[in-house]
Amino acid sequence: MSDDHDDSPIAARVRELEAVLEEKGLLDATELDRALEAFAHKASPANGFRVVARAWVDDGFKARLLANANEALPEVGLSMGGGLQVQQLHVVENTEEVHNVIVCTLCSCYPLSLLGPSPTWYKSPAYRSKVVSEPREVLRQFGLELPAATEIRVWDANAESRYMVLPRRPANTEKLTEEELAGRVTRNGLIGTAAV
Amino acid sequence: MSERYGEGTRVRTSTVDPDHHTRLPGYARGKTGTVIGSDGVHPLADLSAQGIERKQPVYLVRFTARELFGQGDHTVTLSLWEEYLSDE
Repeated sequence: MSDDHDDSPIAARVRELEAVLEEKGLLDATELDRALEAFAHKASPANGFRVVARAWVDDGFKARLLANANEALPEVGLSMGGGLQVQQLHVVENTEEVHNVIVCTLCSCYPLSLLGPSPTWYKSPAYRSKVVSEPREVLRQFGLELPAATEIRVWDANAESRYMVLPRRPANTEKLTEEELAGRVTRNGLIGTAAV
Repeated sequence: MSERYGEGTRVRTSTVDPDHHTRLPGYARGKTGTVIGSDGVHPLADLSAQGIERKQPVYLVRFTARELFGQGDHTVTLSLWEEYLSDE
């Protein structure tokens, strides 16, 4: 899926398989390109920003989002079904006591449709190995210094589910509109390597 | 599909490092954690990679950093197939 994997053996196998399927008339290349383009075009962190802003202004939505994100997402016109299979999304909430951070230690699993393409560092062996064993140090490198009393929860997306962090709403934003609030959220905030 | 482990159950992960594909990371092998919830029923990745589909419950299991790495005050939560787990 990612450009970074173009040289990998699996990418070569997929290309060969695609070619055979096209040759046999089982796959329409234009249709495939269209589906991929539509998915990639829609996959943007702006989607995640909208989800967070809605959760900040609407407690009912927030409760539904935390209980079952897949069921709540259609309320903001989104879904987890944009890819080849529907994946379960878990939204984990940052509070005064708890800070969440996400990783995929086995590869680079990531909720692409809500966060857009993942940053290079997210896929790096350094981040993937260190954030599970020393998250406080990794977050410090990102410029996020957490109080010693804050409990850090690391979520490894090692299997079928995907994660998104619900950051804490910044102080003094009571007068902002939902759209303005969305503008305050950052991609790293959705991963947990920044406060918002 | 009935689930063997309920929320709050203490479970131990397999110590086996298989030759085939698996989704049990090395750092979480042979460790004891607590089931914090269900993560659905999915084809066991180890078998899927061999062309065999067998669905099995997946659990969200939380480990303390101390258990995983011998130090640290955080927790790490993973999604683990029932196959990877046994009673503590």
